[in-house]
Amino acid sequence: MSAAMQADHIFQLLDVEKVYRIDRGGWSRLRRESPRRLAALDGVRLTVQRGDSIALVGESGSGKSTLLRVLLGLTPASDGRALYRGEEIDALAGDRRRTFQRDVAMIYQDARASLNPRLKTLDLIAEPLRQHALCPPADMRDRVIGLLARVGMPADTVERYPSQLSGGQVRRVAIARALASEPKVIVADEAVSGLDVSTQAQLLNLLRGLQREMGLTLLFITHDLAVASYLCRRIAVMYLGRIVETGPTKDVLRRPLHPYTRALLNASPRFFAPIAETLAGEIPSPIDLPPGCRFASRCPRVAADCRAQEPPLVSQSAGREAACLHPLAG
Amino acid sequence: MVAHELTALRETSRRLPAPIRALAGLARGRPFFIVAALLSLAYLFAAIFAPWVAPYDPAYQDPEHLMSPPSALHWCGTDSFGQDLLSRVIYGTRYVLLIGFCSVAIGAIGGLAIGLAAGLLQGPVEWGLMRFIDAILALPSLIMAITFIAILGQGVENVIYAVGFALVGPFARTVRADVLQVRAQAFVEAAGLMGVSRARIIWRHILPNVIFPLGVQATVRLSEAILVSSGLSFLGLGVVPPTPDWGLMIAEGRAFISIVPWISGVPGAALAILLIALSIVGDGVRERFDPKLRTAR
Amino acid sequence: MTQQSARRPEVANPRVAAPSVVPLARRRDVVLSVSGLSLQRGGHSVLDRVGFELARGETVGLVGESGAGKSTIALVLMGLLRPPAVTLAGEVRFGDQDDLLALPERGWASLRGRRIAMIFQDPSSALNPCFTVGAQLTNPLRRLLGLDRGAARRRAIELLESAGLNDAEARLAAYPHELSGGMQQRVMIAIALACNPDLLLADEPTSALDVTIQAQIMQLILQQVRARDASCLFVLHDLALASQVCDRIVVLYAGQVVEAGPADAVLRQSLHPYTHALKSCVIELDTETLTPPPGGLPGLGDMPSGCRFAPRCPRATAECASRTPPLRPMQGRDVACWHPG
Repeated sequence: MSAAMQADHIFQLLDVEKVYRIDRGGWSRLRRESPRRLAALDGVRLTVQRGDSIALVGESGSGKSTLLRVLLGLTPASDGRALYRGEEIDALAGDRRRTFQRDVAMIYQDARASLNPRLKTLDLIAEPLRQHALCPPADMRDRVIGLLARVGMPADTVERYPSQLSGGQVRRVAIARALASEPKVIVADEAVSGLDVSTQAQLLNLLRGLQREMGLTLLFITHDLAVASYLCRRIAVMYLGRIVETGPTKDVLRRPLHPYTRALLNASPRFFAPIAETLAGEIPSPIDLPPGCRFASRCPRVAADCRAQEPPLVSQSAGREAACLHPLAG
Repeated sequence: MVAHELTALRETSRRLPAPIRALAGLARGRPFFIVAALLSLAYLFAAIFAPWVAPYDPAYQDPEHLMSPPSALHWCGTDSFGQDLLSRVIYGTRYVLLIGFCSVAIGAIGGLAIGLAAGLLQGPVEWGLMRFIDAILALPSLIMAITFIAILGQGVENVIYAVGFALVGPFARTVRADVLQVRAQAFVEAAGLMGVSRARIIWRHILPNVIFPLGVQATVRLSEAILVSSGLSFLGLGVVPPTPDWGLMIAEGRAFISIVPWISGVPGAALAILLIALSIVGDGVRERFDPKLRTAR
Repeated sequence: MTQQSARRPEVANPRVAAPSVVPLARRRDVVLSVSGLSLQRGGHSVLDRVGFELARGETVGLVGESGAGKSTIALVLMGLLRPPAVTLAGEVRFGDQDDLLALPERGWASLRGRRIAMIFQDPSSALNPCFTVGAQLTNPLRRLLGLDRGAARRRAIELLESAGLNDAEARLAAYPHELSGGMQQRVMIAIALACNPDLLLADEPTSALDVTIQAQIMQLILQQVRARDASCLFVLHDLALASQVCDRIVVLYAGQVVEAGPADAVLRQSLHPYTHALKSCVIELDTETLTPPPGGLPGLGDMPSGCRFAPRCPRATAECASRTPPLRPMQGRDVACWHPG
């Protein structure tokens, strides 16, 4: 792969694993039983190009939050390589690390918890400006007001504390702060869930507009397929620590290849459609998974060979990958 | 008409500075709090303006009225030296409040330093600090204070230090718990993601969120400090006579308690009332400002 | 409705002319009738003359955004929100109980669990973590139905199995935290329906669950309610979900009913501008653009006079800001708007 192509890969995950060893407790250590293995990420391969907007979709236990933490350098991967512009994220230091911190901005799921309640909005948004010395102190206030205007908030918000703002307003402030460092990548963890539909719609329009006009690379975690389809051009569906399908969002949602993707589609409520055939069973525990396809216990199309080997994520057609031995007819 | 006036009132009240609004908010709907706050302020007033408020000089001995009961001349009676009890109680307020505030300040600052260190560091240093705090907390504050007096000696200044050091333990524990909780919050992680240095995170994010609960704790511990210092004086280990300290006065009247109960009774009552008033004020402040206790509004 | 006015003095209630247009004779018996329900808390008006009806075997959805008052209504119907904490006005008739709002706590004890039951949004906090599933399930069976220990245990196992929990006998001894979210919600459904209540209140029963589990739980609720010929009142914020499970829909905005009627009519041919706005904010897989209404729900202290939606309504006129439109029947449902369509 040429250096030029490499530079276009913002993030690259190569067989990334994140394994936690869980003590069985009690006498297990004396009996020398091996600890149980919780693979939050179990061999993830993902490439994010510059300007991409990619949605990470999954339910609880899918590992999407862990994936985010690995990408941000908050947790080191147990195995495999996580690269930012060709360099190991864990190994970034000095100037390169500062560039990384400036270029990648995060919007948390709980926006209110991500803002220091003792600071005014002005100080909250000015913090990345100060940290990366992006503008002289005299201009800071104007810059913050400009950022707030970009997210649709009035200028007098600068004097308010987060406790004086509503849920939707707090999210906007968090977005404004993320934009302050002039990032190239925005990573958002369920940034619009738990909001009223009208606030959610407003924020989605805002994010989509910002991503398009600024050419940002967007990594968006969500459990809502419709939100993924509205906001992101690509989608990666995760199940129990692995990516099971990727491809262009509209394509994947119109003709899913992996049975789990189809199950997710069926489960999302649609106007006046009767509740479709539901997926049986519970989401299995990620601890000590049995061999074979991890979806086998719930898959309506499970066959004998599914339990024998784990299907790899392979390209099924142009731009579409699925980890299934018997993918749905496209 | 009334509605118009109410709106006007609301408008003007919105323009008042924040601390006054906060106090007014505290006082609303809490009659006991108002009474307690007024009482505490009365004590403070008496302490500051003692020379003008007290009818007699506290050291003035009236030989004609030894151990006399409350009368028009001496409102609270006199003690075995003929000193006016009311004046001594009023002057004693100065020492009580001085010792109380100063020792709480020492305890809070010391507790803040140790608690911050214990909450932020990891490894053997944290372990050592925690055992140190555990050791301090193993003993009741009065015993700890006595130990420090034994080292330092008696006198008002030493009582302040002794009670202050004894309070470091409880403060350190609450500060450490708060630091651990704040550290786990998303905004601390978010600051780290932005590249903010550790020192700056502590200064700008962790410390402000810990100072406030600390202040709330301080108002609560004030009564404890006063009680401990009075206890020290009662045991004869605190301030030295003829300082008009309430603990000392109670001790002086101990021998005569069955015949002239007011010598111990008057300072005892003054102490009890002050402690109750401070506890109620402390509770009110805690209810209003402690985020952990706040119910969903 | 006519029987009601014969028993009580005429109270002019301009907002609720007739909660439903379909003549009573054609509908099965009404289980719950709410009219003119107003709630004040802390000096603010949280609910304003809310009215709707629920017939036997019907599922009705209270739909709206957060802060509209939907959960408040459910809590009032369960007797969990009563004076002196709040000020209530209006009338709620349930079965043969003439006025639920005036019922003392003693009266509620025989209603709750036995004839009205509720399931909550977050099962992990609604189930008591100190007691086993079996204890929490047999409690209402023994207390309200008078079953002895053995009979209650057998019935509990039946209920858990019909709620879709396999290995039911082992689950009786489990504590709530040992179960997954979906299983906890099934337990809560089993507890709620243990005594075969006439009315089930479901407050966002699936919002806290994963998507694939949501569909299972919704199916379970519907199936269990229909098997008992009971009625169900859902509180939902998801319009699409409401369209899937509810026969009738009541749209709430800022404590007022703005549109109410059969789900088909309300959602397919909406008349109220807010219902249109809600629909336009629902994202579906093929949505290209979203046009949400500007602004947000008014705060409790800043309720506008007149129509509460007027500040955000594209069709608002001066009349809308000065006079609150009453709830009137129109085209097969009830609408509260001066310019419906």
